[in-house]
Amino acid sequence: MTDNTLPTCLIDGEEVPFTPGQTLIQAATAAGKYIPHLCWHPDFAAHGSCKICTVKADGRFGAACTIEARAGMTVENRTTELDDKRRTLLQLLFVEGNHFCPSCEKSGNCLLQATAYEVGMMSPHFDHFYPDRPVDASHPDVLLDFNRCIMCELCVRASRDVDGKNIFALSGRGIKSHLIVNSESGRIKDTDFSAGDRAAEVCPVGVILKKRVGFAVPIGGRKYDVSPVSAQVGAQAPTREEA
Amino acid sequence: MADRKLRVATTSLAGCFGCHMSFLDIDERLLDLLELVEFDRSPITDIKHCGPCDLGLVEGGVCNAENVHVLREFRKNCKILVALGACAVNGGLPAQRNHLDLRDILAAVYETEGGLARGARIPNDPELPLPLNQVHPIHEVVKIDYFLPGCPPSADAIWKFLTDLIAGRTPHLGHGLIHYD
Ligand code: SF4
Ligand code: SF4
Repeated sequence: MTDNTLPTCLIDGEEVPFTPGQTLIQAATAAGKYIPHLCWHPDFAAHGSCKICTVKADGRFGAACTIEARAGMTVENRTTELDDKRRTLLQLLFVEGNHFCPSCEKSGNCLLQATAYEVGMMSPHFDHFYPDRPVDASHPDVLLDFNRCIMCELCVRASRDVDGKNIFALSGRGIKSHLIVNSESGRIKDTDFSAGDRAAEVCPVGVILKKRVGFAVPIGGRKYDVSPVSAQVGAQAPTREEA
Repeated sequence: MADRKLRVATTSLAGCFGCHMSFLDIDERLLDLLELVEFDRSPITDIKHCGPCDLGLVEGGVCNAENVHVLREFRKNCKILVALGACAVNGGLPAQRNHLDLRDILAAVYETEGGLARGARIPNDPELPLPLNQVHPIHEVVKIDYFLPGCPPSADAIWKFLTDLIAGRTPHLGHGLIHYD
């Protein structure tokens, strides 16, 4: 229901009300409209790094998670042009890591995978890097499989801002960027990380995984088997039970 | 539709034949399909080399020299070449060896693994195709026209894909049929 007292912008031709100060993705999400995204999460400050939420606002490209909604703003979102660009960004993420979905516990509950389905990514298109990223299984309750990290920094934000533990960080630059663990050994077992942390359930892909719960939900019943990500606006972040 | 049947070739490279099994899973729809297509080289016909074809379906990535030869034979003969399944699309499970040294893998499997016969050696028969250092998806070797992901793609996905293609439409899978696992 539209609150007539609120200003509105136009997203893909549809009027979307917003509270002044809201970003485009916040306004769209509140109105049940899907803007594809990976590093954005409603509970955390915008990061603006993955660029999947790129829209055309009054003719200019920009990240919907950082652009403030303005009255009368005309926004293109799910156009062929933009989804084509999103697909290319996703393909780059797939070939930069090691994404073998058939053996990934996150498959079916993964935002990267679901977003790629949504924009019809049929192949990785580029040559694969096949990087060597050893797994850290040292923690009794949680496994870190860095092969799938897309460097969205959601775990960094959650551990720093919610858990107050500051366990994760990005290190290196450019193609050498990677996620590191804040302990002298660099191993997760030597931190005070716990399976109950917010950072343990926030990863949109299959990096931070709880042990002994993998593959509990059969194919067909997983989050994005049931309906596509675009039909689950406001519920994209997997809950602890689903992850 | 064409007055002659479309000629289709299929093969499995570094795959497990799971995609071919899923293809057979279209069940009685195979009979409808056979009204429209005939098979050239394929495990279904046992023809050993591919002749001129309208459509080639390739399962699996390339893990050895022979895979590369077969893939090139398919590309040379097929007007439309399709990567069928996860391994053809991104290397799949076999590509999970890619960060390991090939010599170390062979040594572990044939020489140092427990339970091997005494004096076991890495096989070196001239008839054996040489393994590649890394497993690669087929689009890194030849041009691929269409991709059908899935491990395996479901029978319904294969059916939708083929019927779209045969009818001259760009194949479109949509939610439920597009799967990487
Ligand atoms: S993290 Fe997502 S995209 Fe990557 S392998 Fe796992 S399910 Fe697939
Ligand atoms: S581990 Fe997960 S949450 Fe953390 S940066 Fe990587 S993808 Fe994002």
